Amino acid sequence: MATVELTFSALPAHVRTARLVATAIARRTGVEESVLDEVRLAVGEACSRAVEAHRLHCPGEPIRIELSDDLGRFEVTVTDSAPSDELEHDRGMLRIDDPLGQLPDTLMSGFGIAVIAGLADEVQVYPSPKGMRIRMSWPAAPNGLPRI
Amino acid sequence: MDLKLDHHSEDRLTIVEVEGEIDVYTAPRLRELLIDLVNKGNFHLLVNMEKVDFLDSTGLGVLVGGLKRVRAHDGSLELVCTQERILKIFRITGLTKVFGIYASVDEAKEAHGRDK
Repeated sequence: MATVELTFSALPAHVRTARLVATAIARRTGVEESVLDEVRLAVGEACSRAVEAHRLHCPGEPIRIELSDDLGRFEVTVTDSAPSDELEHDRGMLRIDDPLGQLPDTLMSGFGIAVIAGLADEVQVYPSPKGMRIRMSWPAAPNGLPRI
Repeated sequence: MDLKLDHHSEDRLTIVEVEGEIDVYTAPRLRELLIDLVNKGNFHLLVNMEKVDFLDSTGLGVLVGGLKRVRAHDGSLELVCTQERILKIFRITGLTKVFGIYASVDEAKEAHGRDK
């Protein structure tokens, strides 16, 4: 199993970097080209949510992202240090039938998790008072792409 | 790629041209533009997303916010988008039912003309 870890400060500009790194490693791990857009968007959503949460609760703390290939799956875990609760998790898993009535213009955290759930092949969300961990994965080539 | 924004008016319709990535970093600029247009009395907006490479939920929030603002003035905010990877996020979130989405600016203008 190969793992890449990246930590970044809670700045919106770094989310794009995290997306680019995740997409590059997903490609190298053998995730199908047609799925790379979903990886890029899901990782971006998870990192955006973490950045927004850190800016509210702990702007000085870094956000961690781990990317690994394990037994034919590409797995990404985004971990933040901002307190979260079950409510946010539940809200994210709900189908949003009235977006205009429910959604604020800015913080779209629950919405973001709903998007991740719609994009990732598998997703687990672990909220806790010490932070949230979002683990998502997609199928990849069993041994990654051949080295050139 | 960064975000490029431009806009021009045709009759009562204001067409907003968006190019690049709309994410947590760039979305505030789009939000400011939409707010500015509404504050200046532009209540019928058409956002052309054909050159948008990336859109996340922060960008969706800005579009939803813009729609709320124009609707407060009996206006409209509609989109031009044919890219499957962008349309997918609208479908996942159910927002295809909220926004009018057209295949081209001309098609949107034609529909807008019929509704006048």
